[in-house]
Amino acid sequence: MLKAWRSRIMIFLAVLGPGFITANVDNDAGGIYPYSQPGARWGYLPLWTLIPITIALILVQEMCSRMGAVTGKGLSDLIREEFGLRVTFVVMTLLVLVNLTNVMANFAGIASSLELFHVSRYISVPLGAVAIWLLIVKGNYQSAEKIFLFACVLYISYIISGFLVKPNWTEAAVNSFRPVLMLDRDYIEMLIAMVGTTIAPWMQFYLQAAVVEKGITAKEYAQSRVEVIFGCIVTDVVAFFIIVACAGAIWTNGPRDIESAAEAAQALRPFGQYAYLLFSAGLLNASVFAACILPLSTAYSVCEGLGFESGVDKRFSEAPIFYWLYTLLIVIGAAVVLMPGFPLVRMILFSQVINGVLLPIVLIFMILLANNRRIMMEWVNSRFYNLAAWITVVVMIGLSLALAGISVRNL
Amino acid sequence: MAESVLFFTELLGFPVLDSRGRRIGRVRDAALVPLVHPARIDRFLVGGGWAWLSVRYDQIASISLDGIRLGEEILTPYHSDEYMLRIGRDLLDQQIIDVNGRKVVRVNDVTFEIRNATSNSNGHSNGHGNGQGANGNGRNCLYILEVDVGIRSIFRRLVQGVLPSRLVRKVQRVIPPNSIRWEFCNIVEPDPQRRLRLNISHEKLEKIHPADLADIVEELGPAERGAIFESIDSEVAAEALSEVDPRMQARILESMEPEKAADIVEEMAPDEAADILKGLEESTSEEILEEMEVAPESEVRELLEFKEDTAGGMMNTEYISLHAGATVEDALNALKGNEDQLESLNAVFLVDSERRLTGTVPLARLFVASSSTPLRELSTETLISATVTEKQDQVTELFDKYNLLALPVIDQDRRLAGVITADDIISVLRHK
Repeated sequence: MLKAWRSRIMIFLAVLGPGFITANVDNDAGGIYPYSQPGARWGYLPLWTLIPITIALILVQEMCSRMGAVTGKGLSDLIREEFGLRVTFVVMTLLVLVNLTNVMANFAGIASSLELFHVSRYISVPLGAVAIWLLIVKGNYQSAEKIFLFACVLYISYIISGFLVKPNWTEAAVNSFRPVLMLDRDYIEMLIAMVGTTIAPWMQFYLQAAVVEKGITAKEYAQSRVEVIFGCIVTDVVAFFIIVACAGAIWTNGPRDIESAAEAAQALRPFGQYAYLLFSAGLLNASVFAACILPLSTAYSVCEGLGFESGVDKRFSEAPIFYWLYTLLIVIGAAVVLMPGFPLVRMILFSQVINGVLLPIVLIFMILLANNRRIMMEWVNSRFYNLAAWITVVVMIGLSLALAGISVRNL
Repeated sequence: MAESVLFFTELLGFPVLDSRGRRIGRVRDAALVPLVHPARIDRFLVGGGWAWLSVRYDQIASISLDGIRLGEEILTPYHSDEYMLRIGRDLLDQQIIDVNGRKVVRVNDVTFEIRNATSNSNGHSNGHGNGQGANGNGRNCLYILEVDVGIRSIFRRLVQGVLPSRLVRKVQRVIPPNSIRWEFCNIVEPDPQRRLRLNISHEKLEKIHPADLADIVEELGPAERGAIFESIDSEVAAEALSEVDPRMQARILESMEPEKAADIVEEMAPDEAADILKGLEESTSEEILEEMEVAPESEVRELLEFKEDTAGGMMNTEYISLHAGATVEDALNALKGNEDQLESLNAVFLVDSERRLTGTVPLARLFVASSSTPLRELSTETLISATVTEKQDQVTELFDKYNLLALPVIDQDRRLAGVITADDIISVLRHK
């Protein structure tokens, strides 16, 4: 019995990584703000969305990791093989644009979180960029993955800071299960932003590629599925604590809008140095983490889809496009943060608009691929799964289009 | 010359005209029938919507940038044909192996040469006029020349249909071409039935260095990977498999029929075979062992008993040992009987009548001594060895300290059990 458990845990640890990392990176610098703001403005009310968010996340992520395990190919490979070069080119161009702004947002996150520790951005951002570049180019994916998993553990800082704020737990618990809909424009826009940012296109590309890289096969897929579900739940537990911390610290003292995740950290200061430090450290960790993964994942997806040599185990001269893309994403992403007067907020709004175009394409392709019996053999979606997946996809598409609309208005 | 070349992206959508110049439809795809000819386009699929017509290559009079003109009118409807390799469906956008460049590439486009059917090898260009091909010396045929990868072909695919073909041809000249000659392309087909019908063999892959082949299969999907290992020569497969990432090795063997897996494992050095089998589930490795020949099986089974991080787990049981009284001549004769080991052999070992280790003779010393010299006189001054239970770290230290290339491993009774070579140490250190 004990031995059976031990071997089960060993298998789980062997597949641990892709799903867990992807779901956690979802809470990056750009992902923390959409959770902080609702907590600050609406308190515990928006907590109920976390359960549907988790289910949607699981449904979508599971399809990707299943496709990776069964086909041994990345999502951009499959899109290319099934839908041709032109479509792939369009998808990849949009992906690069969206991800570039995401990288910018995360370097901005590095800058603002370290400024809370009194480190100038003119030091933190260049150093961070060089360190991230070296980690991937000079290291290898296996060791990088261990660092990433460790970074996932650091998200615990949000959970602790959530406790330190001493929020109203009963109200948090009740609101987690009680959906509240109000015909208030701000409230609805907040819900759209919160749910609409949950599923990002890059996640699907990264997750599937990571499953392939890890060599997970259809046989081991049962464990991999558990890993994906586990990762999604952990991610939303973290989201829960971010909302609760902001509700406890800001909303109880008077609801207001906040401008950034760093402002949320500032607001935690009255609850002791630790709550504030942990929230800031969490932001730093999330930003560095995502700034590592996004450029890498983008370079991989693009090169695979368009058929260029890729891989960190190749030399610069063997995979020039891969390395150039990777390097440029980091350099541009970091440089704009140092440019005074760069319209970063406008860029992020703009990227949400592109995202509203890209996400529907990616999600629809995914469902079509996951139902293609020639590719997926007996692992195609079941009928019930398909129904749930289509509902999720339609809702997510609606929300991301709505978010794009709101962003256009604010541009 | 340039005019005799045609790209698949250009061919797609070409109007097809009958002999009186009436339009029948557009080209939707083209197909090889590899069993008939490995490079000549045999069928053109013409039409739109669901009703496609099939045009045989010998029904075509001429092919040019203006379209295809037929010489014969009797066309048959297209039926999916299992003996066809369709360029658009089966080749374009798929991964193939570039045997010459030793890597996996994705097909962006295909370059054809327009040849004259009557003089089929060096047929000169006949790409100009409409119907010029019909007058006199024969028909136009398409032969696959190259498979295009890289930026030039991506550009061509993206703008084809948006800009006129002739302009595209002019503009693309500024981008360096990147193509692979058709002879060096290897299609990977997981389905063995289809492999036969399409006359696809993986023989070309056997000429690639096993280490490069290992890199190639690591980039493919599991089905393609299994197909390659199942269809190439077991000896090559074994060499390539031992170069593949350890976690993937196990997965490849698991996906194969135990019989074929056993054939491959037999060809591997026993220590490497044991390492791989350790990574498998017990039931699977047992199945494979049962399929193996008796001699290699028992060697591998012995090695499986040792822990991986001990000298016993690292050692190889393939070595050459001679009786302590033997001479250089005996040693050379022994080498002649073991040609398969020569590539990695550094030393021969001396044992007494109980098979206890008494000396190590570096191989190079054999060649400067006269053939009657007793080997005992050539053995190293100090006899260095490790016991099977010695820890991996200690073994590495011995190699470093004494600058060894090979280290004999002995059991509790000092009997020679195996040998660890420097390449084993290098892979241990690299995977740390």
